[in-house]
Amino acid sequence: MRKVLTGNQAAAWAAALASVDVVAAYPITPATQVCETLAELQASGHYKGRYVKVESEHSAMSALLGAASAGARTFTATSSQGLAYMHEMLHWVSGARLPIVMVDVNRALAAPWNLWSDQSDSLSQRDTGWLQFYCASNQEVLDTTLMAFKISERLRLPSMVIMDGFTLSHTYEPVDVPGAEEVARFLPPWREPSALDPKRPAAYGALALPKEFTRLRRRLENDMQRALETILEISSEFEEAFGRSYGLIEPYRVGDAEALLFCAGAAASTMQEAVDALRARGKAAGGVRLRVARPFPTYSVRALSRPGVPWAVVDRAFSPGSGGVFRQELEAALYPLSRHPSVRGYIAGLGGADVTVELLSEIWEDAVLDRKDSTEAWMEDAR
Amino acid sequence: MLELRFHGRGGQGTVLAAKILADAVLRAGTGWCMAIPEFGVERRGAPVTAYARISDGPVRLRSRIYRPDAVVVLDPAAARGDAPLAGLKPGGALVVNSDLSPEAAAERWPGHRVVAIPGRSIALKHRLGPAATPLVNTAMAGAVCALFGLADEESIASAVREAVPVKPEANEAAAREAFAFALPFRLEEALHAAAR
Repeated sequence: MRKVLTGNQAAAWAAALASVDVVAAYPITPATQVCETLAELQASGHYKGRYVKVESEHSAMSALLGAASAGARTFTATSSQGLAYMHEMLHWVSGARLPIVMVDVNRALAAPWNLWSDQSDSLSQRDTGWLQFYCASNQEVLDTTLMAFKISERLRLPSMVIMDGFTLSHTYEPVDVPGAEEVARFLPPWREPSALDPKRPAAYGALALPKEFTRLRRRLENDMQRALETILEISSEFEEAFGRSYGLIEPYRVGDAEALLFCAGAAASTMQEAVDALRARGKAAGGVRLRVARPFPTYSVRALSRPGVPWAVVDRAFSPGSGGVFRQELEAALYPLSRHPSVRGYIAGLGGADVTVELLSEIWEDAVLDRKDSTEAWMEDAR
Repeated sequence: MLELRFHGRGGQGTVLAAKILADAVLRAGTGWCMAIPEFGVERRGAPVTAYARISDGPVRLRSRIYRPDAVVVLDPAAARGDAPLAGLKPGGALVVNSDLSPEAAAERWPGHRVVAIPGRSIALKHRLGPAATPLVNTAMAGAVCALFGLADEESIASAVREAVPVKPEANEAAAREAFAFALPFRLEEALHAAAR
């Protein structure tokens, strides 16, 4: 059934439909509405699991760690400073191979204080061993959250489903909300054979010596790489059940493109409009949306790469001292190609700065010149 | 695609008006509507902006709206400044909560297609909010649906009923009254031509 929902409400509906056993709730703008909606869904009988109110984000993740260790399907949502506060537990959860699903609503990190969207919160957690999905519509938030449970449980790796603060989290649009029976067929209950159980006492998280530690980390990396295939498998199961299809990346009019825009999140939805606007002016523009950032879809971007066709990466986060995060990752992915194209970075949309068709068109027009100049450009909001 | 910008004040339900519009369009089955709030530091009485994009199919454009086809002004005091008219397309419409006659409204805002909707009077008649801060959002949403042919009366009435936290009947009645008031001033064709 189609409903007009915000991205936050779509995420909450997905968690309720997934029959989550435990939600840990702690508020932070702009993610608060996710847990508020889950409380409403519990009151109306749509969400039947436990709703644990905790005293911090660190506690939220710790509570889910315990619940997931006992075999519960778990969910929470956070943003910005809250995600940063969870950092320690994020490593613990992936190391313990727990399939926790969390929504992160992108918001800039302080200081200075800022409430609006950029990707510095989620990208500062890229090395924590969580899968990362960047959504571009509210429908995709709902669909990806549903898929994330299945993907995480199959791989025993946690998932972070990411949406832009306000641009998706607070924007209303029609979302197809599937029926509970349909979802139950797609996503059966999770059964963890090695779950904590008082009837079968066992110790977890014991000291691992270097050899075991390295083997476990290597296994985690192997499973991260295997995730590329698993995500596609589960996406096709999802498409079969619900008729909507999602890939690791989403190419748009790339066939004969003379330069490619590359970005993630809601800005990548606007990017398609920018590509159309450029095409209407006779420019051979194309774009690629990065949907799955962890694991990074190296082979997918290589397959789209052509010698002499530059990439223009629009980065809404940067690593001070080394520049745009996705620009660096794309460069690393394409570098082994014998004739790798140039990759030019553009820092834009920081702290809620708007990413418009005009801005993206300006970026494409600059990139198509292929000036072999590695300087990263900083783009300010036109307002 | 039709692009609207709403101007109101914190506490007036400006964002809710845009959300109701999106829901009415969905219920009417006439297209797709995205309602976008502009979030600043939220406080009662501060200027609030929201946007709506209405299209035949899914909307991919997710930036703010800088050159609206029409602006909808819930707070008449806000219409005294320049902000509501900023970027309004030539030939675009100004839909304003005002008791002025069509002639007086046209004189008051020259150079624009102006429609004055007596949102305040309608809201107070249905006992929506105190006289100092009447809740005009549902009336204005009803008027916008009629003016731009976005949704039929039953669709906006049911969208209002489900969206408001209190007084569903009074809000629905206000939306219906404003819908009927606005119908003779319908702007749909002119604006669709402008949008093309």
